[in-house]
Amino acid sequence: MSGPHFPGWEVYHVNGSPADPDRIWASASGGWFGQVIHRSDDGGTSWQQVDHDFAYEPPVGEHLWYDGTPRPWEFKRIWHLEPSRTDPDVVYAGAEDAALYKSTDGGQKWVELAGLRTHASAPKWQPGAGGMCLHTIILDPVNPDRIFVAISAAGAFRSDDGGVSWQPINRGLVSEGIAESGAEVGHCVHRLAQHPTRPDTLFMQKHWDVLRTDDAGDNWREVSGDLPTDFGFPIAVHAHEPETIYVVPITSDSLHYVMDGKLRVYRSRTGGDQWEPLTAGLPQENCYVNVLRDAMAVDTLESCGIYFGTSGGQVYGSADSGDTWQALVRDLPPVLSVEVQVLP
Amino acid sequence: MIRVILPVHLRTLANVGKEVTVDVAPPVTQRSVLDAVERDYPMLLGTMRDRRTGKRRPLVRFFACEEDLSNDSPDALLPDRVAKGEEPFMVVGAMAGG
Repeated sequence: MSGPHFPGWEVYHVNGSPADPDRIWASASGGWFGQVIHRSDDGGTSWQQVDHDFAYEPPVGEHLWYDGTPRPWEFKRIWHLEPSRTDPDVVYAGAEDAALYKSTDGGQKWVELAGLRTHASAPKWQPGAGGMCLHTIILDPVNPDRIFVAISAAGAFRSDDGGVSWQPINRGLVSEGIAESGAEVGHCVHRLAQHPTRPDTLFMQKHWDVLRTDDAGDNWREVSGDLPTDFGFPIAVHAHEPETIYVVPITSDSLHYVMDGKLRVYRSRTGGDQWEPLTAGLPQENCYVNVLRDAMAVDTLESCGIYFGTSGGQVYGSADSGDTWQALVRDLPPVLSVEVQVLP
Repeated sequence: MIRVILPVHLRTLANVGKEVTVDVAPPVTQRSVLDAVERDYPMLLGTMRDRRTGKRRPLVRFFACEEDLSNDSPDALLPDRVAKGEEPFMVVGAMAGG
């Protein structure tokens, strides 16, 4: 363990480049001084600030505010950084208010992929409780032109042309509070996950409900099954078993902590519907923490490792696909981001 | 030379100590001082003022000579003692959030 590396800042996401294991990106922000992006080229030993000029392509336009009135897009922070699988100088950034940016020069310049934010449905997007954030970016491992993103509370979207044009992929989602049946947008998606060998199968943790699609988002079906509650934030897929998925249910939308004071990861080995609680090594009394959407990750070791961080500042890890857990770190600030790298 | 005191977060970003000095040609105003700080420390662009509008970030405040200058016009002259380098222009993270 080293650091602190960005003391006093909220680090929404840290993510390493699959193309260069020494290159790591970090998004740090704060209410006082705004947004900065850092890059390390030595595996996190040292960091340099890169550009943080995230401009909306004109016309800026408007989206809905909490009270239902229109409000212009206003940049607040970067929630998620997704490096290219093949080019270490290419990285994507997901913003609040929701927009997708791309840098092709190692973070020296950011350009908005404005086809998303100028989608015909965008004036109807509105913030979730945590803001109108683009928090999930998935670069398809098979089709280089395909990108998935998710926005709270607009929904999931897919591009098949490298981010130029987008379509909502929310068919099958049912959200309380949306009167319109089959609404194209307005769903509070919390997280998407994909297995690299099954790119057309995606899993979703929504505001309520866990769902899956087997046709790249064209249709979704609920797989919450016997979960004690289907409200939560993270969802992850086992590195080697595309039908094994993990969620961390919390009590409800208004009670953002685990049920009954027990920290339990739920695992499905059947791609959903049937779930088992994983508890060995996790606190099973007097625990009232949450696990946020970017705070769970898997490694690619033969016995898949699972890691997650909590709002109580612990990072837990399992080296055996979730059967047993141990606290790797304690007493941190609330953990917003957990990523894992297997070094060559 | 104008003296500028930075809050800890910005010192970390700029890799400087508590106080920096910047050359500012008259007139010495909030705008000209902050322009000079951003010129010399471009990593601070956007941290004190919005990059596009130039407006003070909501939770950043400016003080000098025991006065809160946060809501003054960015083009108003700063106190003479700041312009002479006798007193620092202070950038402060506002008391908020607890």
